[in-house]
Order: sequence, then structure tokens, then C-alpha cells
Amino acid sequence: MRHIISILMENESGALSRVSGLFSARGYNIESLTVAPTEDPTLSRMTVVTRGSDRIIEQITKQLNKLVDVVKLIDLSESEHIERELMMIKVRAEGDARSEAKRLCEIFRGNIVDVTASSYIIEVTGAASKLDALIAALDENSIIEVVRSGTTGIPRGLTGLHV
Amino acid sequence: MGIVELSGAEILMRCLKEEGVEYIFGYPGGAVLHIYDALFQQDDVKHILVRHEQGATHAADGYARATGKPGVVLVTSGPGATNAVTGIATAYLDSIPLIVISGQVPSPVIGSDAFQEVDMVGITRPCVKHNFLVKDVSEIAETMKKAFMVATTGRPGPVVVDIPKDTTDPSIKVPFKYPKQISMRSYNPVVKGHKGQIKKAVDVILEAERPMIYSGGGVVLGNAAKELTEFTKHLGYPITNTLMGLGAYPATDSQFVGMLGMHGTYEANMAMHECDVLIAIGARFDDRVTGKLSEFCPNCKIIHIDVDPSSISKTVRVDVPIVGEVKPVLAEMIELLKGSKKKAPAKAIKEWWKQIDEWRRMDCLHYDRGSELIKPQFVIETLYEVTGGDAYVTSDVGQHQMWAAQYYPFDKPRRWINSGGLGTMGFGLPAAIGVKLGYPDSDVVCVTGEASIQMCLQELSTALQYNTGIKIVNLNNRFMGMVRQWQEFSYESRYSHSYLDTIPDFVKLAESYGHVGILVEKPGDVKDALKEALKLKDRTVFLDIITDPTENVYPMIEAGKAHNEMRLAPGSIGSRELA
Ligand SMILES: Cc1cc2nc3c(=O)[nH]c(=O)nc-3n(C[C@H](O)[C@H](O)[C@H](O)COP(=O)(O)OP(=O)(O)OC[C@H]3O[C@@H](n4cnc5c(N)ncnc54)[C@H](O)[C@@H]3O)c2cc1C
Ligand SMILES: Cc1ncc(C[n+]2csc(CCOP(=O)(O)OP(=O)(O)O)c2C)c(N)n1
Repeated sequence: MRHIISILMENESGALSRVSGLFSARGYNIESLTVAPTEDPTLSRMTVVTRGSDRIIEQITKQLNKLVDVVKLIDLSESEHIERELMMIKVRAEGDARSEAKRLCEIFRGNIVDVTASSYIIEVTGAASKLDALIAALDENSIIEVVRSGTTGIPRGLTGLHV
Repeated sequence: MGIVELSGAEILMRCLKEEGVEYIFGYPGGAVLHIYDALFQQDDVKHILVRHEQGATHAADGYARATGKPGVVLVTSGPGATNAVTGIATAYLDSIPLIVISGQVPSPVIGSDAFQEVDMVGITRPCVKHNFLVKDVSEIAETMKKAFMVATTGRPGPVVVDIPKDTTDPSIKVPFKYPKQISMRSYNPVVKGHKGQIKKAVDVILEAERPMIYSGGGVVLGNAAKELTEFTKHLGYPITNTLMGLGAYPATDSQFVGMLGMHGTYEANMAMHECDVLIAIGARFDDRVTGKLSEFCPNCKIIHIDVDPSSISKTVRVDVPIVGEVKPVLAEMIELLKGSKKKAPAKAIKEWWKQIDEWRRMDCLHYDRGSELIKPQFVIETLYEVTGGDAYVTSDVGQHQMWAAQYYPFDKPRRWINSGGLGTMGFGLPAAIGVKLGYPDSDVVCVTGEASIQMCLQELSTALQYNTGIKIVNLNNRFMGMVRQWQEFSYESRYSHSYLDTIPDFVKLAESYGHVGILVEKPGDVKDALKEALKLKDRTVFLDIITDPTENVYPMIEAGKAHNEMRLAPGSIGSRELA
């Protein structure tokens, strides 16, 4: 099962490598990993998307909690949450493809953020599955470049991850 | 009292003093010269100069295991630091509290491939509980306080503090104040167990008909031998210890069924296999213990007490987990048990003991006592006899380690000092030096093999310098015995590179280091030689004991087999009756 684990950790140099090192040393799978400081500059928020059986996910959260730099974590997948990822995708936009790209961008509620005579950059946000769907909908040959931020997420309602 | 201004190196010394550090095990080099200069100018902390940084970590580790206090190490950057890594990993796998101070190149040149630069924080990340890179002299005191706290609380472990040379510069002085207390919002180990879980566990314990207590290194680390003994005595249940847990329950007591696992006793492993309630206490279900996982304790409920949640349900699913320190959790359990109206089903327990006694009759630790060659098991039994069972015994890794564990019944915790998790050959000698420094008046014996002893042999020189009168019992079988045994069993006796045919003359070697060497070749001489060695209180004595090269460690559960599939010693009752 896919899990989104959200981690609040000390904003120390090396904190990121403690997490990534843990995943590689123990053979856990990482689908994506994002990290940035929070409103409190001494804390970083990291989001890891991983897959595994319940037992593996249990070990992953226990091992992460054991890292001395980790302050708190939650498995977002265990409750209602919002999941978002940002993607920028550069596509060929010549002839018929130009209007097709624009149409798909609208359907996926994206924005065209860069325009040249022969290309568009489309910006879209959404759950990872929505971004996958846009990529699938586009003609493979029209895609020049894809960048994705990796998934971040936040629990719904009043509950949250803070110190 | 005003606040004093000190250099980083002086601050470091003061921190060690404040922490009550007696000994620091180290080896100098460029990046730590400021620290060595500060060391020279104080006499609160005694420095033990080893001959190799691996020796420093093992000696500090041995000291920590025996005394319960953290071991402290000081090494230089680059090769000094990398030499320490094996010892750090050894301590990590056995959860031993160490503070390893490593020198680092000056901050401005970090990352430039400077002379003797290695990324120590990066290299040690997977084998430390935590590590720190000091960025400024003003951080040293607080970092050291954190290092000691992290190393010694919760599940203990090694902590590396990497100190760039510029932060110890004698000309840069800052105000020094050692924090009395420190808290880290990201580090809050659990101490007490969950009341509800403890109650639930007690209920399960009292319903057991075939109970088994399986306790490990956590009881030693958590100083809970007294509680474990009281708990076990109160219940009257059988108990087994892991290799790391030996001594936490008196091995000479009738409720003790011996060590379990790969080289555990027949009765311990059979009782594990047949029990209906397993009470795991500070043990981590290691693969040497569980054998084939799918057939581990097939029909039982498992209760597990451990301070580290990640030890629980890691390899084996647990029914009643209790996260907490063994000492308070057991104390609470004892109280509940004493106040409980419910009693364990006496008749069933009696039947269970009858079954266990039946297994005991198989005489699984049988060996040929009439042999003309010296049997290694006989040497250990004799060692037990002449030391009155009261020595500190360190060991290296191999057959000799297993024989020491099997034939020297430890009645007290912290007496048996060995590398279980990493299985580091070379551990025994430096560890014995560390133990002896902690307990100068006690007998300290290092049980080793001719292959292992050569891995940290240089520390014989340290033993002379600090006059640590340790006794080295070298079970010399001219083989990497443990490797040879596996090759005999699993590779049709193709002894690929497990034979040592250029073994030094250990007697001369010991003498050249200024020690006493004794060669023992006949069973009849073993006892006198051991007695003589122990009489030479202040001398390090190297006993080179020529043993039967074909002897194997039994019982043995081969890799991938279950607890009820043991190989028993030829000639034992079990090997005949169960054949
Ligand atoms: C050649 C060789 C053969 C071996 N054969 C065997 C064998 O036959 N049998 C055997 O048992 N081992 C054997 N070992 C050792 C084995 O590899 C493991 O090191 C050992 O089994 C682990 O012991 P343990 O479960 O007690 O855990 P330890 O490594 O001692 O871990 C302690 C556990 O207790 C917890 N803990 C620590 N402090 C506390 C506290 N205060 N409160 C609560 N919990 C705490 C920790 O979190 C951890 O889970 C062998 C090793 C070698 C090298
Ligand atoms: C540093 C290291 N290298 C290799 C091994 C693998 N190993 C385990 S036991 C052993 C043989 C030990 O031989 P010896 O010290 O003579 O002891 P014996 O088994 O003969 O008692 C070896 C090579 C190890 N445990 N540690």
C-alpha cells in the first residue's frame, strides 16, 4: 500500500541524509521525498511517499521516530488528508498539438506559464495520480520535459503536525 | 563564582570531568593535538594510550559493559576516525553507550579533501545512535551534554562528536558553563510502560500452562537483574537467556534452562518451540535466536517488553507489546502478581517442568571427558572452577565464544563481555583491558582463539603500559574453528582457507611484550596452569592451550532450521535417543 509519511524534524544539516540513509540502508522504498523549512525556521517538514506491507510501514515509522532529529511524524494515509504535487511539463505546441495541449491544460485545470512559438510549459497541481493522468493523456512524442515536486500533504480539520 | 573563559579543548576536558569520566581511550594525531595538550594539563581524566584506534573503541566498550558507565574514546581525523568505525559498529549492534570524540580538519577546509579528512559524520551515520558535527567552540559544552544524554538513556548506543580543529584552538576562549540538565524536543525515550498493557500481560502470564521467559541484553543494560530474578522466582517459570543476556538471571539456578538459539541448549530451544506463552524481556528476536521464522514458537502468545518500539514486532509478531524500561515495568508486574488473586495453573506448570526435565536428560552439553587431547569445554569448566565462577570473562568470536557462554555459568550481570550482534573478532583483548581498568581487583579473563587474538594483538603493549593483569586463555585449535565447523557441516569438509599454518609462538610473543607466556598441551596440566596464571595477580598471562582441532560446538541449529531441529553432540544421550 502507498503511504504518505509527514515528518517534522530539526532543521539541521545532515537531517535529510539521516532519513534518506535510513531508507536505503534498510531497503525501504522511496517514491518521492520533499523537504522545506516551516514557519518556524528551526524545523523542517519532510514528506516521504513509500510503499510497503503494514508490517514494513510500521517499521518505517518506528525507525523514523527513532532518529534523534525527528521531532514528530504522522502517516497521512491513516486519516483524511489533502495531497498535492506540483508538476511543470514542457510540451511541443505546433500545429494541431498546440490547441490539444491547451485543451488538456484546461481540463486538468492547469496554467500555461510559458509560451513560445513551438512550446508551452503547463503548470498543474494535484494528487500524484492526477498528474500521472495528464502525462498519460498527452501524446508521448509531444512531451519535452517533466519536473515534479514530489508529494506533500496535510491532514484535514483541526488536527495537525506541530510541536 | 564568575564564568570562566576556556578554549574548546579545555572545555572538552571540563565536560568529561563534569560527567565523571575516569578514563578516556585514545590515540593522538594532528586534528586532536589541541585536545591532547589540554589533556596533558589536567589530571581528572586519565588517558589510556592504545596501539590502534579499534582497540580504543573496544576497550572503552568493555569498560562500559562491565561498569555500566559510558565509555569514552578520542581519535584523530581521517585514518584515526575510520579505524574506530569497527568498534563503533560493535557497540551499536549491542546497544553499548560510547562517546567517540573524533578530530576533524579545520572548519574552513571541510569538504576540500584536506589532509586526513573523511566525512566521519557520514561514515558513521548508519552505525551510531546519533552523531554531531561541532560548528563553533561555543557549541561544545551543550553538544557534549547532549551526547552523554543520548548515549546513556533509552536504548543506549554510541554517539560520535566530530570536532574540527579550529574549534579547539587554545587562543580562542569562550565562557564555559556546563548545563546541569538538557532537554531535546526531538528526543524523549519512554521509561514507564503502559499500565493497561502491563495488566493485560500479567493476565496472560497467569493463564499460561507452558510458559517460557526469554530475556536478553536489555535486562543487563537496564540494570534489572534483581527485578528479573524476583519476577522469575515468584512465578516459578523456566527462563532462558540470549547470549547477551547471560548473567542477568543466575545460571546456576534450577529454573535456568541455559542459553537459547543457534548454540542454545536442547531444553531451552525445545521449551521455546513448545511453550504457549512467551515472555520476552529486553531481547530483540535476533535471527541467531529465532531460527526459521515461520516455525518460531508456533503456538504461543508473545509478550514483549522493550524500550525501543522498533524492536517490537520487527521480525516476530507480538501479542502484548510493552514499550518501556525493563526495570520499572518488571517492578510493576511483580507488584501486580503479588497482589493478584489469580494464580498460575499449578498442575499444568508441574507437568511442563516434567517435560523440561525430560529434555534436560538428553545431556546436550555432553563432551568426551576422557579425551587425551585437551577439550576446549574442559578448559572453560576448569576456568569456572578456579575462578570460583566470579571472573569477568571477555571473549572474541568463534567456537571459543560459544563454549565460554555454554560452560561458564554466569550468576551475575556484566560479567560476560562479548560482541554478539556484530561478532567482531579482535574484541576480546582490548575489552579485557577496559574491564580490568574498571575493576582492578577482579579476575579478568579473555577467552580467545588463535585467529581472533591476532586481530587486536597490538594491545598487549597497552596491557603492559597500564599494568592490567589480564589472563588470556587462547583455545588454540589451529583453525578458524567456527568457520571450519560450518565447512564441515555444510561444505563437505572442504576447509577453504580456514586453517592457520603459520601461527606464532605465543609464549615468546607474550614474553616479547613483557608478559608471561605458558604453553599447555595436556589435559592434566590445564588446572595448574590456570591457577598459576591467576596467582600472578599483576601480570598479564598468555595461556596458549593446544586443544582438539576437530571439536565442534553443539547443539547447533543450522541456518534456516527450526528450534526443534537441533544437531546434538555425538555421544550424548540425546543423539542416541533422538536419532
Ligand atoms: C558466533 C556467534 C554465535 C551466536 N549464537 C547465538 C546463540 O546461539 N544464541 C543467542 O542468543 N545469541 C547468539 N549470538 C548473538 C546474536 O547475534 C545476538 O547478538 C543476540 O542474540 C542478541 O541478544 P538480545 O536479543 O538479548 O539483544 P541485545 O542486542 O542485547 O538487545 C537488547 C534489546 O533490549 C532492549 N533494551 C535495551 N535496554 C533496555 C532497557 N533498559 N529496557 C528495556 N529494553 C531494553 C533493546 O532495545 C534491544 O531490543 C551469536 C553471536 C555470534 C557472534
Ligand atoms: C573481523 C571478523 N572477520 C571475520 C569473521 C568471521 N569469523 C567468525 S568466527 C571466525 C573464526 C574464529 O577463529 P578463532 O578465533 O581461532 O576461534 P575458534 O572458532 O577457532 O574458537 C571467523 C573468521 C568475524 N567474525 N570477524
